[in-house]
Amino acid sequence: MAKRQKVLVLYLNMPSLEGEVISWATFDGTGKKLHMTGDSDEPPYPTGLDALLDGWKLFQASQAIPEHPGQEFRTSYLKHEFFFEKIEEGDF
Amino acid sequence: MPKLLTTEQMAEFANSGCLFFDELIDEQTNKEFLDDIGHTEIKNVDSVQKYYQNIKATSSIPRIPAGIPLKDAYPANSPLEKIFNNEVVDGAIRSLVGSSAVIDHQFLHITFPTKYFKEANQRQMSQQNHQDSTIDPRSTFDIQLFYFPTEVTKEMGGTRYHPGTHLRIVNEFGIAKYQNIKGQKSVVCKPGTIGIFHNGLWHGAGVNTSSDNIRYMFKVRLQPTEKQELLWDPEKKYKPLPNRALYWTDESKDKTINDILMKSYPWQEADTNRLDKINVVKFWRLLTGNKNLDIDYWLTRVENELY
Repeated sequence: MAKRQKVLVLYLNMPSLEGEVISWATFDGTGKKLHMTGDSDEPPYPTGLDALLDGWKLFQASQAIPEHPGQEFRTSYLKHEFFFEKIEEGDF
Repeated sequence: MPKLLTTEQMAEFANSGCLFFDELIDEQTNKEFLDDIGHTEIKNVDSVQKYYQNIKATSSIPRIPAGIPLKDAYPANSPLEKIFNNEVVDGAIRSLVGSSAVIDHQFLHITFPTKYFKEANQRQMSQQNHQDSTIDPRSTFDIQLFYFPTEVTKEMGGTRYHPGTHLRIVNEFGIAKYQNIKGQKSVVCKPGTIGIFHNGLWHGAGVNTSSDNIRYMFKVRLQPTEKQELLWDPEKKYKPLPNRALYWTDESKDKTINDILMKSYPWQEADTNRLDKINVVKFWRLLTGNKNLDIDYWLTRVENELY
């Protein structure tokens, strides 16, 4: 049996897993489903904690980086990024 | 006579980064544009490259060197000249980038339906989210005018966009990993609709899953050559509203310009949402020319530096 990784990336509205999902992306290494930009208007989970409760394993979270002096009001990328994975076994 | 934008429309643009004018261009001009580019049925399209080559060879869309004034850009009586002479289009352009704007670039975006990709044995994917065209920390802004000559149904994958993202400074496809963003919208419109985006607005082309409809979107990026200050208000009478109570407030149903400017979006973080508001106030200061203006005390609070 081969193993394949499914990756779920959630962007939350605060740096806690209790935060609400405001953006999301899914990459399916099993090849069962091709996800792409703009393919769903509703998040897969209401919060990051709900993804954990459904069996997703967190493997990376964004750090809290203090704003550069003089650039405190500059806004840019979504801040609170969490990478999750599920490993699936099967004949791929 | 150009029909300048109202203060409410300018506030909407300052907050959301976009404006739409539904079915603005008349049916005859839409038909002339489609005839001019040689619009045909998908069954007659051999390849994307050949289709573009044919449009470039036969249409009246000129080659425009970057930096040419808009008023000199399009041939007399061509469909594009008629579109830019429309009083609402002309007024919106003057209100946002002034009366002597220059063209940065133009492009006819064409999105082919699923049938084309199946026959060509190619994977059909939507375009990832991005911001045009590179990291851009200026206070001056450009606009991108989008013209949709045909109806765009939901299945045709109209331009996806994210209201309120225009003041976030990112580097082009650096936002491509955000597959879906809460509150995302896609253009679904009637023929002749015009959209105007701030150059910073996050967007991307959708995937055209219709059976056989080709989707077109003609885009022109315009750059100002003058300060973008009170260009919309012919009487220069705009005055900021007085401070209002915060949090502990009375119920009021009266909507003001400040409510338009301070609108939140579902994709904004709890913390950065406040910075987004601060940046809208800063943007409104530039547009109105009032350097001390504030809304809901966001800037007064942090500018009260006594040391």
